[in-house]
Amino acid sequence: MQALEGIKVLDLSQLVSGSYCAKLLGALGAEIIKIETPARGDQARNAGPFLEDTPHPERSALFLYLNTNKKGITLNLETEAGVNIFKVLLKDADVLIENFKPGYMPGLGLGYETLEKINSSLVMVSVTDFGQTGPYKDYKGGRLVANALSGYMYINGNPEREPLAGGGEQPAYQGGLHAYAGIMAALISRETTGQGQYIDVSIMECMASIHQFTINRYVYSGKIQNRIGNRYMYSHPTTIYPCKDGYVSISPSMDEQAERMLLLMEMPHLLEDPRFETGFHRLAHAEEFDELVKPWFLERSKEEIVKLCQEWRVPAAYVNNVADLLDDEQYKARHYWVMLDHPETGMRPYAGPPFKMSETPTEYERAPLLGEHNDEIYLGRLGLSRDELEKLRENGVV
Amino acid sequence: MTGALKGIRILDLTRVWSGPLAGRILADLGAEVIQVSGRVTVPRADYPPEVAKILAVFPDNEPGERPWNRTSANNDFHRNKLGITLELNTPEGVELFKRFVKISDVVLENYSPRVMPNFGLDYPSLSQINPAIILCSMPGYGSTGPYRDWVSYGTNLDPASGLASLMGYPGEEAHMSGNAYPDPIAALHAAGAILTALFHQRRTGKGQFIDLSQAESATSLIGEAVLGYTLNGKIPPRLGNRHPSQAPHGCYKCEGEDKWVAIAVSTDEEWAALCHVMESPELIDDQRFADSAGRCENQDAIDERIEAWTSQRPHHEAMRLLQEAGVPAGAVLDAAELFANEHLSERDFFWEIDHPEVGLRKYVALPMKFSKTPVQKTAWESITNMFSQKSWGFPKMRSPSSNKRALSATSQLIREIASTIAAFEFKERSRNGLY
Repeated sequence: MQALEGIKVLDLSQLVSGSYCAKLLGALGAEIIKIETPARGDQARNAGPFLEDTPHPERSALFLYLNTNKKGITLNLETEAGVNIFKVLLKDADVLIENFKPGYMPGLGLGYETLEKINSSLVMVSVTDFGQTGPYKDYKGGRLVANALSGYMYINGNPEREPLAGGGEQPAYQGGLHAYAGIMAALISRETTGQGQYIDVSIMECMASIHQFTINRYVYSGKIQNRIGNRYMYSHPTTIYPCKDGYVSISPSMDEQAERMLLLMEMPHLLEDPRFETGFHRLAHAEEFDELVKPWFLERSKEEIVKLCQEWRVPAAYVNNVADLLDDEQYKARHYWVMLDHPETGMRPYAGPPFKMSETPTEYERAPLLGEHNDEIYLGRLGLSRDELEKLRENGVV
Repeated sequence: MTGALKGIRILDLTRVWSGPLAGRILADLGAEVIQVSGRVTVPRADYPPEVAKILAVFPDNEPGERPWNRTSANNDFHRNKLGITLELNTPEGVELFKRFVKISDVVLENYSPRVMPNFGLDYPSLSQINPAIILCSMPGYGSTGPYRDWVSYGTNLDPASGLASLMGYPGEEAHMSGNAYPDPIAALHAAGAILTALFHQRRTGKGQFIDLSQAESATSLIGEAVLGYTLNGKIPPRLGNRHPSQAPHGCYKCEGEDKWVAIAVSTDEEWAALCHVMESPELIDDQRFADSAGRCENQDAIDERIEAWTSQRPHHEAMRLLQEAGVPAGAVLDAAELFANEHLSERDFFWEIDHPEVGLRKYVALPMKFSKTPVQKTAWESITNMFSQKSWGFPKMRSPSSNKRALSATSQLIREIASTIAAFEFKERSRNGLY
């Protein structure tokens, strides 16, 4: 049995945030119906990377990755018939996920207050750039803007240069992750109360809440954390060093780990040097320290360094790019990559959920083609006739 | 109205960041989370003033007599939790812990995978005591596989997970995040996984073991880049703040020291609006910039024009003018600006929480607004009020221990902890209507 067996989710999401949340619920056994606009579909279908770099709505890695374990139907919510059909689907749904601009759903007559009357046990979550209220609610967001306004970007990069945004779509993913936890909490509460509820998730707040060291330190001591380059604020060397065949990551943040590192490097004399006495001292003299240790790294391969460090219980790791990850021994041993076949893109590796549950397995199915499950849902589930479905198609509803 | 997780009890054995944040999310959601600390997890007591200043985690950089109760991270990550000290490397400590397990729903830990079995507290042992118990383990690389025993921090997992490979200045080396970003990624996945297991437990009465890998958690947030590589054979280059197919897209200098505004134009309309705001309508007709492809190709020239405009005004003003014209823009906020931000304030993002050793301070919210089960904003009314709490007395936002004596597993301490466990057991039986 899967953990969320019997839970029905309607996923109206575009792009990343809501889609990642629904993808996780799907892997855990919920039935996800992804509802896309006819013809156009989820905007993720137009975002790459694409198979052979050629744009195609069924060949976008972003869409394919974020929509595993979902059934796909098309429905035009900007038509009266579309809204009515949606309300029928909603009657026995447990969860609704949407990430439109604030006001869009109420504008369609599909605000929570209305939906709650149709289905009082519904858990509805809205993930938006800035939340449903407040002076920025109608601002335009997105990856870079969220990186900036959340304060996350200010602490990333080189102090003399411009702040750096995190890689990939991190703000939207954080929105989706928080929505996942929020939905699960609401479903647990519903087991007792029978009541659904509405959850408002702001991506700006999600990102602002996950680097709280910066805010805590400001509140407690007035310290404004600045960028520090490829280092860490508390100790050195927590960094990336070039080596013989690439780069390695090391972070002996406890002094005893740093001592062990210098011992294994056969440089115990550095321990006697007052400039390098503690992690703080080494941070203050980071350039000098790096000059002394870099040659040791440059003479050795990454595998040699990482394995030797780990033997001595010194935190060290590989610096992996996306290709390296597919070859990583640990990920292979844990069957993290799941091979899924897709009619348009073939057999490919997909990152699995990053946790394994002993009693309730996760399962994987490829993302749906646009409208792939229209017949199953409209004919099978809602009991429409073929003629009726054809008519909806002609009117641009489906 | 109470939190969504009312009635759920969680034993939190975690340290550092990822685990304590996962526990705190569950505590904010209304669960009764008991933070279990041992001697090794309590920070040292002797901070030279210059070190305290670098750490910047104590009120006014004063560690005080009990620094473990005064660090901002502890008081944030352990808010809404109850705190006890218990030495799991003593047989008495393990026996007491097992009594807790019997009356709890979840055990959360982020030790390396050898530690819990060494304590005799692996999942089979715990589930024998309480078949409904959920154990969530969250070591760096997971509980199985060749790297299972590797030592790692978020700062290692950033490069190991591939995240760092997607961040960096154009053409330069992979760049770590400034805040060990993989930690909170793991925390959120752990909270979600535990809640999923709790949902299943409520329905079936069965617990289970959750084996979470922090490295995998981070890689899951770049899954499209890995899949993309298999589709087009290209390793994504580091682009700084630029976008592979949209321009202008970057971070621009503003008036003042280290002030910046991020601007992300994705359509021709937004480009035209940007040109109007900059009072440079001639750029709209410039054929080089007519579409995204052209703007990407000539981004350096565009960036120069934009920076000439942004550098003349404060970042907040640049953002406001651009947003009012429909151009996605955001001021790059530092900690002080974030703290003063009007939008966050209006949405009640900073919670003021009292603490006996640091006073009233503000902390970031749990960023989810529930219509029916609001999150816990302040420490709850603690049941420990019912009992004498000599060695770990304060019920609110307790960080580990209150004095050094309590750090040793003396018979006195064991008696006190035993009496408190008895209190929890009493509460449990009362709840079940046995008294």
